[in-house]
Amino acid sequence: MKFIDEYRDEETARGYAQALRRITTRPWTLMEVCGGQTHAIVKFGVDELLPHQVTLVHGPGCPVCVTPVELLEKAIEIASTPNAIFCSFGDMLRVPGKSKDLLTVKAEGGDVRIVYSPLDALKVAQENPGKEVVFFAVGFETTAPANAMAVFQASQQGIGNFSLLVSHVLVPPAMEALLSSPTNRVQGFLAAGHVCTVMGYAEYEPIASKYHVPIVVTGFEPVDILQGIYMCVRQLEEGRAEVENQYTRSVRREGNLPAQQLIREVFRVTPRKWRGVGEIPQSGLGLQEKYRAFDAETRFGVAHITAEESSDCISGAILQGLKKPHECPAFGTVCTPEHPLGATMVSSEGACAAYYHYRRIRLSEAQSFPSGAETHGA
Amino acid sequence: MCLAVPGKIMSIEGADPIFRTGKVDFGGILKQINLAYVPEAKVGDYVLVHVGFAISTVDEEEAMQVFEYLRQMGDLADLEEGETK
Repeated sequence: MKFIDEYRDEETARGYAQALRRITTRPWTLMEVCGGQTHAIVKFGVDELLPHQVTLVHGPGCPVCVTPVELLEKAIEIASTPNAIFCSFGDMLRVPGKSKDLLTVKAEGGDVRIVYSPLDALKVAQENPGKEVVFFAVGFETTAPANAMAVFQASQQGIGNFSLLVSHVLVPPAMEALLSSPTNRVQGFLAAGHVCTVMGYAEYEPIASKYHVPIVVTGFEPVDILQGIYMCVRQLEEGRAEVENQYTRSVRREGNLPAQQLIREVFRVTPRKWRGVGEIPQSGLGLQEKYRAFDAETRFGVAHITAEESSDCISGAILQGLKKPHECPAFGTVCTPEHPLGATMVSSEGACAAYYHYRRIRLSEAQSFPSGAETHGA
Repeated sequence: MCLAVPGKIMSIEGADPIFRTGKVDFGGILKQINLAYVPEAKVGDYVLVHVGFAISTVDEEEAMQVFEYLRQMGDLADLEEGETK
C-alpha cells in the first residue's frame, strides 16, 4: 500500500542503522512513547538493528494498558445492566478487571459489542431507541476528535440514549511525570506521530527545554522509527535538546485545528488515574459541563466505584520504562496473552504482548552481543 | 490504538462540514470515512484514517523527505571519507 510499503524498505532501514552507528559514541536511553511504535519496533526487529550503545525503553502510550482497574469495573457494571448495549474497541474486552473481563460479561448474556468507530456506537443508539447505548471512550489525543464528534453529533441530533464512559489520557503530562521522577533514565523521546498529528508539537517545546531532553515527533513504520532514533541520538551527541519533526508527511507544528476545536468544545482537562502509575494531574479529558448528560458514569450511577491494582503485575514499572517485560517472573509463565495478569499483556500494543509474540531471541543474550553484531534479525 | 492507515479519497459527500464523509480506498477495500477534520482534502488525496475519521491529509512532497534525508547523509559521509583518505 502506498505510504506504507516504502517505509518498510530494508535497504533504507539498513542505511539509517548504518548512519546511526557512525554518529553514536556513548550510551543513550530513548523512550518511544506510543504503543503502536513499540509494536512496530519489536515486530520488525528495529531494536536489533541499533548500535549496542542505544537502548530503547517502552513508554506508557497504550491507552488499553493505562486504563485503571476501577474504570474497567465501571464498564463491567454498566455492561451487566439490563437494557444497556455496551460498545467498545475490541482490545478492551479481555483486559482483566477485579474478578472478570467484559468478554465474560458478554458470555453471561450482557449485550457487549465490538465497534470500529464511536460513530458506529452512535448508529447502534439510533437503531435501538428503547436501549441505553454506551461507548467506552478510551484513548489518547489521537482518538479524542472521534469521541468528541460522536457526542457532538448525538447532541445536535438529539440522540438521548447515547453516552460515553470516558477514559481519555494525554501524553505531555505523562512525559513530564516520567521526567520529574527520581528513577527516570530516559534521555530522549520519540513522540507519538498520530497524537501530534492532532495536537501539533508546540506543547512539547517547553518540556524539551525544561528537562533538557530531545523530543522527535516520529512515525510508525520501521524507516520512520529509525530516522526518529537517528535524529534523537544526533541531538544527544551534539548536546542539543529540541523538538524536531520526523513525521512531516502528517504532522504540522500547529496540529489539526478543526479537530482541536471540537475536542475543546466537548472535553475539558481533568486529573486521571493511570493503571500501574497512579493519578497524574491534568492528564486526562472529561466531558464539559454542557455535555454532562452524555456521561455514562452519572447516568448509570457508577462514579463511586473504586478498585485497587493487582500487585502481581509489574506493568507499572514497564509503562515507566523502568523494567522490560522479560524481567517479570510471571512473563510467559503465569502471564500470557491467553491468561493475562495485566493490560500490557492484553493489548497487542502492550510491551509484554509484543515481546511475547515477536521476540525471537532473549533480550539478555542480545545485550551481551559485541558491537557489530547488532545487525541480526529484521 | 493510535493506529492510522493511509487511504485515497475516491468520492466526497455531504455539504454540512460536520457530516462531510467520503469513500476512501485502502488498497482495494472501500470504507465510508468522516472527513470533517480535513476540510482541505479533495478527491484523489491520501488521508490518514483513525477509527473512521481522517485526521490529516498526507503531504506527498514531505513523504519523500525520509529518503532525501538519508541520501544527503550518504553524500556527506562519502565526502568526509574522501577528505580523510
